[in-house]
Amino acid sequence: MAHDKKNYKPKPYSNPYLTGVALGIVLLVAFLVMGRGLGASGAISSFVAVGVEKVAPEHAAKNNFYQEYLGDGTTNPLKNWLVFEIIGVMVGGFLSGSLAHRIKRTTEKGPNVSVRLRLVYAFAGGTIMGFGAKLARGCTSGLALTGGALLSVGGWAFMFAVFGGGYAAAYFVRRQWL
Amino acid sequence: MMPYYKFDYFGVDFGLVIAFIIGIGFGFALERGGFGNARILAAQFYFYNMRVLKVMFSAIVTAMLGLFYFSWAGWLDLSLVYNGNTYILPQVLGGFILGIGFVIGGYCPGTSVVSTSTGRTDGMVYLLGIFFGIFVFGEVFPLIENFYSSTDMGKVTLPEFLGLSHGMVVFLVVVLALGAFAAAEWAERILAKKNGRGVE
Repeated sequence: MAHDKKNYKPKPYSNPYLTGVALGIVLLVAFLVMGRGLGASGAISSFVAVGVEKVAPEHAAKNNFYQEYLGDGTTNPLKNWLVFEIIGVMVGGFLSGSLAHRIKRTTEKGPNVSVRLRLVYAFAGGTIMGFGAKLARGCTSGLALTGGALLSVGGWAFMFAVFGGGYAAAYFVRRQWL
Repeated sequence: MMPYYKFDYFGVDFGLVIAFIIGIGFGFALERGGFGNARILAAQFYFYNMRVLKVMFSAIVTAMLGLFYFSWAGWLDLSLVYNGNTYILPQVLGGFILGIGFVIGGYCPGTSVVSTSTGRTDGMVYLLGIFFGIFVFGEVFPLIENFYSSTDMGKVTLPEFLGLSHGMVVFLVVVLALGAFAAAEWAERILAKKNGRGVE
């Protein structure tokens, strides 16, 4: 039948308010079932700490930051709630993207910037964010979203600071996006 | 009584299975919202697409209302839900630095994972950057440990800080969110007209 011909064009993104409510329900389920919220940067910290310990065990042992993620040695530091959650995030993103035909090998950027420069910006931005997230003890998921819903003073102050930093720097990198 | 894990309905290992399932829901929602795409996320900072604000505030309001009503009904012991201490100065400075990284790189940690799994090269490179940034933080940690642990305010929440009831703060946050949604719709309409650009 002709009208059954499959349409592989990417579907438009969902309504932001409905998406937000769905995200809020996922967060609420985490609170109700596990007694904790979501996170992302914490999982990456566990990987970094394990990596440093593999390469330089004595160096890692002297550093309180790595030790916090390595634990007391009785359990595997990667057998961790956030590590399993972030693997789920990867799977969930892939599922949603493939159902909506949005899986694509590409680089997202504005029209006036080269792919190479965009990737330099991406690495620099990731580095800055990784540092900032650790200084703040969380990122947009773990602190702004989770702390925001729990009405944590730190979570709300952090969220306004994130928007402040973003708007303050936006002018200087506008060529990358506009 | 909830949270179930804290009342020993199941153990650590089953908790990891739940972590994986909740992660799938989280990643699915982020991708649906367009958060696997750096252009959508960065647009927030140029006011022509305010999805970040809309999704974040609707999610916070939904989860906040859920917590409030479950606890009010006596089904949830809110004091057992983990809420970290507030370290006000490192958190404000860290947030500001993170915001700069957000607009330069186009993602935050969770969204870069979704971007990676949907095939975006910039998301993958960004994720590598986060690994590197956390490594740098770990290496300089002994030098900044004092600042990192400074201005500890304990587990302080907005109701305690403002001296208002929990319900009153919940109500004010809902009003703030509705105001932010109205402002976001207005900004998108004005800028779409000015730039001749759709809101994607």
